[in-house]
Amino acid sequence: MRVTFTANGKPVEADDVWEGESLLYVLRERVGLPGSKNACEQGECGSCTVYLDGVPVCSCLVAAGQVQDREVRTVEGLAAEDGELGLVQQAFIDAGAVQCGFCTPGLLVQTDALLESDAQPSDNDIREALSGNLCRCTGYEKIMDAVRLASARKCAGKGSA
Amino acid sequence: MTTRTIQGQKNLQNINQASKDGIGGSPLRPDGNLKVKGEFAYSSDLWHEDMLWGMALRSPHPRANILSVDISEALKVPGVYAVLTHEDIPGAKYYGLEIQDQPALAIDKIRYHGEAIALVAADHPETARRAVKKIAVEYEVLTPIVTEEQCLDPETHGYVHEPHEYKSHAYGNVCHEQRLVSGLGVTDEVRALADVIVSGDYEVGMQDQAFLGPESGLAVPAEDGGIDLYIATQWLHVDREQMAPVLDLPEEKVRLTLAGVGGAFGGREDISMQIHACLLAQHTGKPVKIVYSRDESFYGHVHRHPARMHYEHGATRDGKLVFADCRIVLDGGAYASASPAVVGNAASLGHGPYVIPNVKMHAIALYSNNPSCGAMRGFGAVQAAFGYESQMDKLAAELGMDPVELRQLNAMSEGDFMPTGQQIDSPAPVAELLRRVKDMPLPPPLDTEHLDVRQLPGALSNTSHGEGIVRGVGYSVGIKNVGFSEGFDDYSTARVRLEVIGGEPVAMVHTAMAEVGQGGVTVHAQIARTELGVEQVTIHPANTEVGSAGSTSASRQTYMTGGAVKLAAEAVRRELIEKGRRRYGWTHQDITLAGGKVVSESAGVLVSMVDLLGDEAVDLTREHHHRPTQAFDKETGQGFGHVQYTFCANRAVVDVDVELGLVKVVELTAVQDVGKALNPLSVVGQIQGGCTQALGLAVMEEIIVRDGKVRNASFTDYLIPTILDTPPIPVEILELPDPHAPYGLRGVGEAPTVSATPSIVAAIRNATGLALNRIPVRPEHLTTEQPG
Repeated sequence: MRVTFTANGKPVEADDVWEGESLLYVLRERVGLPGSKNACEQGECGSCTVYLDGVPVCSCLVAAGQVQDREVRTVEGLAAEDGELGLVQQAFIDAGAVQCGFCTPGLLVQTDALLESDAQPSDNDIREALSGNLCRCTGYEKIMDAVRLASARKCAGKGSA
Repeated sequence: MTTRTIQGQKNLQNINQASKDGIGGSPLRPDGNLKVKGEFAYSSDLWHEDMLWGMALRSPHPRANILSVDISEALKVPGVYAVLTHEDIPGAKYYGLEIQDQPALAIDKIRYHGEAIALVAADHPETARRAVKKIAVEYEVLTPIVTEEQCLDPETHGYVHEPHEYKSHAYGNVCHEQRLVSGLGVTDEVRALADVIVSGDYEVGMQDQAFLGPESGLAVPAEDGGIDLYIATQWLHVDREQMAPVLDLPEEKVRLTLAGVGGAFGGREDISMQIHACLLAQHTGKPVKIVYSRDESFYGHVHRHPARMHYEHGATRDGKLVFADCRIVLDGGAYASASPAVVGNAASLGHGPYVIPNVKMHAIALYSNNPSCGAMRGFGAVQAAFGYESQMDKLAAELGMDPVELRQLNAMSEGDFMPTGQQIDSPAPVAELLRRVKDMPLPPPLDTEHLDVRQLPGALSNTSHGEGIVRGVGYSVGIKNVGFSEGFDDYSTARVRLEVIGGEPVAMVHTAMAEVGQGGVTVHAQIARTELGVEQVTIHPANTEVGSAGSTSASRQTYMTGGAVKLAAEAVRRELIEKGRRRYGWTHQDITLAGGKVVSESAGVLVSMVDLLGDEAVDLTREHHHRPTQAFDKETGQGFGHVQYTFCANRAVVDVDVELGLVKVVELTAVQDVGKALNPLSVVGQIQGGCTQALGLAVMEEIIVRDGKVRNASFTDYLIPTILDTPPIPVEILELPDPHAPYGLRGVGEAPTVSATPSIVAAIRNATGLALNRIPVRPEHLTTEQPG
């Protein structure tokens, strides 16, 4: 089948999609967006998290056909057009929250969504919001630091604006 | 680099300027930008024109004879390009890290659940999956041997491997064995010297590395008949060494390039899909990509050895250890992998960081029909630490002593001897680490006035609102070796090139080191900046064009390959200065490189590197060998076996819901001596990550194997800690330099994984009064066990 949707603001078209393919597979193997990761492919690890019509979802659990005419935003769409890193991306680098980095794309999307809904989450809020994103390298401490840093920068940015 | 004071000179800044991004700083990862943009190419992201997908058929039985394999129906599936069995292998049929006992594809026999039997290459992963299902295998299913008793029963000899099939196969179903005796050993006379004796039987479940990036890679056949493999691994050269004979190619025609690695933790030390992808690529003449699914990943790599251990410790009334007697049985599963070295570690480190005058030890690894076990972070030292640290708590209770004081009283320090006879010849601040971890402030007690369920055992499951919750505190300390041991020369190679690019001196560092997330690439650039006085450093992709870097394991890469980068950079520096002496006739003895210039402490700036280099490059390669070690004597375990030791102490605070058997680790504190923190941010990150894997082993992680069959090969059923399961992990680092090591550094990555697990179990015991002799501690242990 053919699936057409919007990925990171651009129209995309995937041909010869097998009905059983996930959105994750289509993104990674058919439309050249391999940033979303394939760690468990059953919705446990969160490394494939993308926005679907503005809501974070595990793209491995979304059938490709379900995204027809809808809007998908992936980790590749978090930076500005000119390549300048988004606030959450920069905070993850600065805080040392990236080691192997395989969980990072999903965590970035999930954190971005968290801070969109609550710019100043408590530590418990952060842990709850990110509890569906597994990381095996960091022990999550630097990820907590990164989210706190992104939150502080976001609030400071708003304050000065 | 220390800051020097130079008087009466111009350009002081240039001379004194140690790069803030040199060693001791925390510059950001060179791969960080790509990783947060989703543009870093992991091994599962690779793509090639005309690429096929490879997939393996795996055995549903742990032990069976293969009566026939019929591939004809699989070959008929449209889109299938090849179906291969062991008969299609052009070269050697067996490979292995230490013992070549594993067939690349099963030959007549199945030795574990998940063993690969046949391979398919197809145009789509789903096509390959369907074709795999059409391969018809006729099995004679046999009873697997899966317990220690079954494996040691002489009746079962030959069930896994024929007796003496391999050179270093010990006997029967024992893959490897190591004994150790020191002092007077443990005899009735020695036992009589102790006022108090405590003993215990301890068990450790099978832990998985559970790296997130699945085993994957892309094999591309080359015009010269060779093959190029882009792969996520821990050691490019040892992969190649194992692959080339199977592919019937000379090593130089098997070229490996490191692709992005999504974590490793020991699980990529062995071959997984490397040989399979190359066989399919050789056979079809097309590029072949293999990406494991998560369940296949559980079958496709080795795990941490499950262990059964018996410990006996004797002490005087005032708490001085008199003797320790220990037997450790590790289940190595179907194939040897790294079992011999894991046994060596368990035997030599199995008494912990304590001075014990009389010691006896017997450690073995079994061959069984369980999944193969090999390297995982902590490597033989983890299992033993649960045993000896449980014993320390038991002994303290028996003596009525504080458990930390008992440990401090017996703690080893510099100058003491290991039970192997090896003298500790660098700092070993075991008592100091314990003092510091105990002095760290405790978290506040549970605030019952303002409860947030997310902080409680059971968390979002909303199982408690504070009732039935008891707090406990526990301590532990552990010891781990750094680098490969027992006489192995695991040298590292580095190439450093200095040249002018865009009007600036730029250093390029080329090694075969597997960057698996640990941040070695950051450290290599820091070393080059410090040694060469430049700011711009590029890291060449890791590949087999340069000599071996050894494995990214054993906490060794900063020590070994970092050491090689240091040697190569120092050689480049000497050569550049020599070039200047020849050209300008300098006679100063105090010339070095700083701020992009050649400088003399007495004469100031001599020349810029740009002018001195001109169009030429200085390009040198050096090998770094650690000091030689010795094999342990088979019977006495004596020998200078390890390169370096590393220590970490932990304190765990837990809340236990004693009614439901649920545990929340409230805080996990770590204090570790790292010799010299080359990159403090990364060092702390390693310690926190290592502690979290230890937390997983303490309370949740185990591959459940029943009658040889894996029952939980998924992240739905094999649970690793989430951010809600993981507490704050305060870390304090000590920097006591090791005079034998580059920059005085000490390997970092594994010590916390060794030491943290027992502290958590001790805290749960402290809360519940239960014995808890098995990890992971499960809810049913907490609700049904009798007080210990």
